[in-house]
Amino acid sequence: MVSSIPKDSQSVSELKEFYRQMVLIRKFEEAAAKAYSVGKIGGFLHLYIGQEAVGVGSIAALTPKDYIVSTYRDHGHALARGLNPKPLMAELFGKGTGISKGNGGSMHFFDRNAHFMGGHGIVGGHISLAAGIAFASKFKKEDSVTICFFGEGAANIGSFHEGLNLAAIWKLPVVFICENNHYAMGTPEYRALAVKDVSVRAYAYDMARDHIEGDEVRKVKDHVQVAVERARRGEGPTLIEVSTYRFRGHSMSDPAKYRTKEELEAYKKKDPLMRARHELELGGIKTEELDKMDLEIQSQIDEAYQYAETSPEPPLSQLHKYVYAEDK
Amino acid sequence: MAILTYREALNRAMVEEMEKDPLIYLMGEEVGHYQGAYKVSQGMLDRFGEERVIDTPISENGFAGIGVGSAMVGLRPIIEFMTWNFSLVAIDQIINSAAKMNYMSGGQFPMPIVFRGAGGAGGRLGAQHSQAFESWYAHCPGLKVVCPATPKDAYGLLKSSIRDNNPTIFIESEVLYGSKGEVPEQEYTIPLGLGEIKRKGTDITLVTWSRALGFAEEAAAILEKEGISVEIVDLRSLRPLDENLIYESVKKTNRALVVEEGWPVAGFGAQIAYLIQKNAFAYLDHPVERVTQMDVPMSYAANLERMSLPNATRVADTIREMLQ
Ligand SMILES: Cc1ncc(C[n+]2csc(CCOP(=O)(O)OP(=O)(O)O)c2C)c(N)n1
Repeated sequence: MVSSIPKDSQSVSELKEFYRQMVLIRKFEEAAAKAYSVGKIGGFLHLYIGQEAVGVGSIAALTPKDYIVSTYRDHGHALARGLNPKPLMAELFGKGTGISKGNGGSMHFFDRNAHFMGGHGIVGGHISLAAGIAFASKFKKEDSVTICFFGEGAANIGSFHEGLNLAAIWKLPVVFICENNHYAMGTPEYRALAVKDVSVRAYAYDMARDHIEGDEVRKVKDHVQVAVERARRGEGPTLIEVSTYRFRGHSMSDPAKYRTKEELEAYKKKDPLMRARHELELGGIKTEELDKMDLEIQSQIDEAYQYAETSPEPPLSQLHKYVYAEDK
Repeated sequence: MAILTYREALNRAMVEEMEKDPLIYLMGEEVGHYQGAYKVSQGMLDRFGEERVIDTPISENGFAGIGVGSAMVGLRPIIEFMTWNFSLVAIDQIINSAAKMNYMSGGQFPMPIVFRGAGGAGGRLGAQHSQAFESWYAHCPGLKVVCPATPKDAYGLLKSSIRDNNPTIFIESEVLYGSKGEVPEQEYTIPLGLGEIKRKGTDITLVTWSRALGFAEEAAAILEKEGISVEIVDLRSLRPLDENLIYESVKKTNRALVVEEGWPVAGFGAQIAYLIQKNAFAYLDHPVERVTQMDVPMSYAANLERMSLPNATRVADTIREMLQ
């Protein structure tokens, strides 16, 4: 593993913060997996484990006024945005205290105040929503930028192409981030993509592009930052492909038999958390300090779990609420 | 009162609303420079500029999604589908995104968007261009579905739809664009969910909306000469539905017929028939009947198209049978 040593105290503390967020995501999801296996969480549960550096690095390039649009694999993005793990875990448990009041579940985290514009369940459908949010920013002459996460599987659906074309012709302030984890459910990229490099599709829309490895969190941030600034200057969208890997199956119900142990082990050696930890140690942070941090995060997650478990279900009167917006 | 076409009434509604609220924009294929495929947006580009009257490439799914995303952050889009036939390419965005955004976010994201455009059967346009889809959209909670039949209603209902904080499916009738009617000069709105008795009568209640109102009125005029008095309820919107207006009328006439332009199977008329038998059963002297499009795709052949669509003769025949 070639590691870049954080050079000054500022980059050490930045990396420390990234490490903290990545551990938070990992532990949140490990707790969620546990809750799922004992039936406390229903539906699909798509874990982000292995991909943490992409969400954390990308979202670090944003300011609070910027927007994030996510997929059904949204836990990591929400936590990286700084959302409190308690209402997120409560949402997974289907509780009234959940971030979407229990109406959303794992695939539909929303937080209006944090400009977290949802996890969306239809593959690729949210790509044009993201362009729409960016369209609104331009329309209102606000300098917010929207980033949109999706997988390489989503790059094959029509809404990807329509969304990118519209964003490009109107120079919308949006950054499309393809988290290429090399599998769409059980379909490996070579069986789904005529040209494996998703980012080159940017050429078809005369759009800026970038392609990076996603195991080094600060690198992700630096590259996304360039695209975000480009968007903020009014120079239009960018398509960034970040190569990454999910350590678990597509969702909790997927044993992931379509890939080899060797492949998984090879990627686990590039675990972004281990990498960040190693780099922090090289930068002078003591192992004990990192261990202590891990423990603190674990207790934060335990608290969230406890909160979710003890929160009440939504009132039955909520069933018919929110179908339509309340009249003002 | 001014005499306006259905198309002009729609245009006036959009123009007035856009003048009042800078967050409203109109987007769709050919809405700007071409002045609208059916000229509903005539003159609007000049008035509001390219920032608010926005031509799109042919990408229904994409620009429907743009509309939904922009509505999430407070814009009030009017998305024009050149015709509702092409909305099927965007139905994912309408149903999976727009209709559910408020619900699945626990009330965080109201969706003030109007999807509008031409619907129904045109003159011999064949199977892919002659379809009434209101039943499809009315099936889905979270959407409002509006189907005006007159210029007056088109104006008042479109204004309400634009002001509504929910996604509205506003289906205009392609064959009615040129039809004329009185429209009050004074600004007004018509609340969504308020039907109207378009003709008073005592022998049978005819429930309808949009273009089929024309067939209903024609049939009622024919039957009047035979001494049969038809009451016509124009629903104007299917969601929300003015149920009581239907029941009150049925209580008076004891018979009900639904006339609609769409297909019969799982069509909206089936829902109305169910509601009437459930809530006004004691008042019925005859099973609720329906006159719909035939259960086939639309044929191009003139005679088959004619045969497929509901018409005044079929409506009158059905009523005569029901009154025997
Ligand atoms: C339109 C649509 N088709 C199929 C599905 C079912 N599905 C959910 S996720 C998925 C794979 C998507 O893979 P990718 O976009 O690469 O994202 P990843 O899961 O790898 O993050 C599929 C087929 C869906 N949700 N939506």
